[in-house]
Amino acid sequence: MSGALLPWLVALPLLAVPAIVALDRWPNAREAASLLAGLLLFALVVTLWPEVSSGARPAWTLVEPLPGIALALRAEPLGLLLALVASLLWVVTTVYAIGYMRGHHEQNQTRFYAFFAIAIASTMGAAFAANLVTLFVFYEILTLSTFPLVTHAGTDAARRGGRTYLGLLMATSIGLLLLAIVWTWQLTGTTEFTPGGILAGHAGPGTLGVLYALFLFGIGKAALMPFHRWLPAAMVAPTPVSALLHAVAVVKVGVFSVLKVSVYVFGLDLLSVSGASTLMTYVAGATVLIASLVALRQDNLKRRLAYSTVSQLGYVVLGATLATAWGTVGGGAHIAMHAFGKITLFFCAGAILVAAHKTEVSQLDGIGRRMPWTLGAFAVGTLSMIGLPPAAGFVSKWYLLLGSLATEHYVVVAVLVASTLLNAAYFLPIVYAAFFRAPPPPAPGEHAHGEAPLAMVAALLFTAGLTLAMFFYPDLVLRLVRQLVGGA
Amino acid sequence: MAAEHYNYWVVVILMMAGFYVVIRARNLVKKIVGLNIFQTSVFILYISIGKVAGGSAPILAPGITTYSNPLPHVLILTAIVVGVATTALGLALVVRIHEAYGTVDDEEIQTQDADP
Amino acid sequence: MTGSDLPVLLVIVPLLAAPLCLVLRRGGAAWAVALASSGYCLYAAYTLLGTVRAGGTLDYAMGGWPAPWGIAYRIDLLNAYVLLLVAAIAAVVVLYARVSAAVEIPRHQHARFYAALLLCLAGMLGITITGDAFNLFVFLEISSLSSYALISLGRDRRALTASYQYLIMGTLGATFILIGVGLLYMLTGTLNMVDIAGRIQGLAGNRTLLAAFAFLVAGIGLKLALFPLHLWLPNAYAYAPSVVTALLAGTATKVAVYVLLRFLYTVFGYDLAFADAFLHYLLAALAVVGLLVASTVAIFQDDVKRMLAYSSVAQIGYTVLGISLLNQTGLTAALVHLFNHGLMKTALFLALGCVFYRLGSVCLDDLRGLGRQMPWTLAAFVAGGLSLIGVPLTVGFISKWYLVLAALELGWWPVAVVVLGGSLLSVIYIGRVVEVAYMQPRPAGAERVREAPLGLLLPTWALVAATFWFGIDTGLTLGTAGEIAGQLFGGGR
Repeated sequence: MSGALLPWLVALPLLAVPAIVALDRWPNAREAASLLAGLLLFALVVTLWPEVSSGARPAWTLVEPLPGIALALRAEPLGLLLALVASLLWVVTTVYAIGYMRGHHEQNQTRFYAFFAIAIASTMGAAFAANLVTLFVFYEILTLSTFPLVTHAGTDAARRGGRTYLGLLMATSIGLLLLAIVWTWQLTGTTEFTPGGILAGHAGPGTLGVLYALFLFGIGKAALMPFHRWLPAAMVAPTPVSALLHAVAVVKVGVFSVLKVSVYVFGLDLLSVSGASTLMTYVAGATVLIASLVALRQDNLKRRLAYSTVSQLGYVVLGATLATAWGTVGGGAHIAMHAFGKITLFFCAGAILVAAHKTEVSQLDGIGRRMPWTLGAFAVGTLSMIGLPPAAGFVSKWYLLLGSLATEHYVVVAVLVASTLLNAAYFLPIVYAAFFRAPPPPAPGEHAHGEAPLAMVAALLFTAGLTLAMFFYPDLVLRLVRQLVGGA
Repeated sequence: MAAEHYNYWVVVILMMAGFYVVIRARNLVKKIVGLNIFQTSVFILYISIGKVAGGSAPILAPGITTYSNPLPHVLILTAIVVGVATTALGLALVVRIHEAYGTVDDEEIQTQDADP
Repeated sequence: MTGSDLPVLLVIVPLLAAPLCLVLRRGGAAWAVALASSGYCLYAAYTLLGTVRAGGTLDYAMGGWPAPWGIAYRIDLLNAYVLLLVAAIAAVVVLYARVSAAVEIPRHQHARFYAALLLCLAGMLGITITGDAFNLFVFLEISSLSSYALISLGRDRRALTASYQYLIMGTLGATFILIGVGLLYMLTGTLNMVDIAGRIQGLAGNRTLLAAFAFLVAGIGLKLALFPLHLWLPNAYAYAPSVVTALLAGTATKVAVYVLLRFLYTVFGYDLAFADAFLHYLLAALAVVGLLVASTVAIFQDDVKRMLAYSSVAQIGYTVLGISLLNQTGLTAALVHLFNHGLMKTALFLALGCVFYRLGSVCLDDLRGLGRQMPWTLAAFVAGGLSLIGVPLTVGFISKWYLVLAALELGWWPVAVVVLGGSLLSVIYIGRVVEVAYMQPRPAGAERVREAPLGLLLPTWALVAATFWFGIDTGLTLGTAGEIAGQLFGGGR
């Protein structure tokens, strides 16, 4: 019974931790341990694919701390998608990080790889959580295990960023999300994720609206405004951290949780009938627009990418709040599509930092001539963010548009169109300047630079390739997500 | 009716006096004295309610049929011992405090503690 | 050592072991005696819990004198539960004391230290196990007096004034309890708790009864460190030796909660205690204010022991809040939090004791960068801190879950928000310590410190492991707490 595989998916990265720590003095062996664990993990997750695609839902119960509430795992399509994306990108990011950490001469690398593994383990746990409490457990572990990663540099700025990060995420999770979970338990007597939701018949529309708001604001990792500040604050972290965690693991667990709550706790029918998600549609829409506007004004490349992420996460939440099949498919697909595109962009930012020591957009004139591969990949990522073919972002945006047209949410349509234009406005100039503007004269003592280290370039080309591939083979993702809404 | 319950009045007056001394006195030894007065009021409360009208002291003697209740006396003996132990401990602490601070005045001690 | 005499042996063994320590004079021998007695008490408490869970309430008449004339020990699930906690904490602390006391307490005082420790243990076990109201007062004073002596052993001279202040306030509180017991005796002519309960039936509204109730609650509230009667606690915890703070933090206030529950539910009964008097509103208000104020004050403390002392006041607020919610879930929450908080606070103070052992100080400034030099110690502190915050998989989460659930069952929204708000405040003060210990460099010129010795680390980590264990396998704690709540609510006396 492959249900027994599930706890191993969580345990495997954790088992890598003592190996990583023990191999502290032999960096190559240590990195090999991380890579090996990652490849093994991805392989194991893939073996679940045929089963889940055919409708099976392998499950495993760990222990029952509270009467009636067990820590349990269950594989379902959306969780499998998250696990696939996260485990694949863990391998890629490890390769990238090898290049980055060594090229940048970072300290405390063992601590970095060890906490990375713990963060991935918690992502696996969250992806396969069978009920709200299990999700909450792994959600909190994820916050705590990424804190040392965010504050890795140990500087005053890192400390301040870490404080915002931890403070905001803990405040929303303990203050809002836990309250919502206990309230759900009190209303229904269960917290299990059930197709069709568990809340039907237990509460009136007003209560449902408040509860839904508590959930969505409580899931701080989805970066809904005004609880988004942790995301730009976390940019003090080294770029591999920003890439994996803030393009993939942390933020994706956030929007994944939003989708799970919408589909399996509330149920799309209940949401649309009761109108409980209406308010949050506006909040998500506002997040999408405001974050894009702020991104326009950021000169620091990573910060611009951070606000772009806030905006893109808003798309997924929009998809959930539309409470339609297409919206959910679009939102779910965007989890994968955005991940590949955004991680490419972050990888490029890191490559530029390591090779050219540049962090601001205004410094990037003509850099495409020296780093063609990097900036080429950056261009692909940009297309995905804007939502243009042949990049993956187009697919998910298409479904979101269909969903909002079908439910006649013309405001949402307007938001989607406007944000597409804004995305173009803050990304295309970078690509243009990189390739078509003359580079500034080199400062005295500055050496000519070439591409970033091979490991980094290989990683970012791979993810750029994935971004393109997902446009041509979207069914790989879509077939899984369609199961959420009954194979529409 | 108040006159019949004069024992309670005594208790209340002693209790308040003791309480007042504990709070108001600056000298640590005086606080302990106040505490003792406070505790004594409680002793009187117990013993006075044990008196049975027309009863004699609770010591078995031939020819006597009504005795005052001996149980409160026993309880209060225990409480007195507790009180004595508390006083002893309190005074021992005062001696040590005097060694450490050079004074047994509450406000002076607080001033000394406030300066690091 | 027959099973049927276990209740009285639980008290007699430490009581007799105390003068034995004094006779033995040498610290090492005294420690051995203390360890043996506390170990025995742990075994006895565990056995008693098993007996009561299987067979129901246990009655033991002292000296064979039947109740209500003689002193009766009455062990139901509530006291068996608290007995286990007190005995377990004491055993771990005595184990820890061998190394810790060597540094913090002058050598010639060691035997007296262990004697006082045993007396304190005997007192607390006695309070928990007795079924006689006056007997409770006597044991209360035994444990209090020995605590005053223990606290005064601290190295800082402010330990003396802290002990004195505690003595004054504690005696006032105990005397209030004495007055309350006296008034009850006046009304009923008996001191046996169950007997009193029977005889005050139908006396609702009697002024003597209400006066007794008021005096008792006030006196217990002082021992409980219920806001605003908590003023003795921060100083007492901050300046006492680490071992003493750890012991008191895990046991003294928990025993006071037990006394409160015993009087409210068993002696006075639910109707008198809550329906007529407005006690639950008063308790809830004081608990909420106490929890918010104490947590906030904790944030600004520079001495970590003081910080945790204020945190204790806040956690007691949680427990009392659970009681004041007047539903079964709330009472379950209070009971499980009693146990859980005992575990986590003692673990935290033991970790601080390790720091004190090496550094001689627990000021935030001196802790800078310590995370790298004392990794295990600080990891224990972080683990305990996570439990205070209520991170899942720790005991703190279980308590918080039930408290919030209890509030939501009543529809008391603001209370649920306050409970969670208190957690967020703990994030701040625990976060301060974490930041200082892990993210700042050692102060310039500070000597390199080694990790704490195993004799300190092992007991600390045993308790830390317990905070994780009982956060995952909650059968013993939650199961028992739920049963007790059910019994108390079902009118079981």
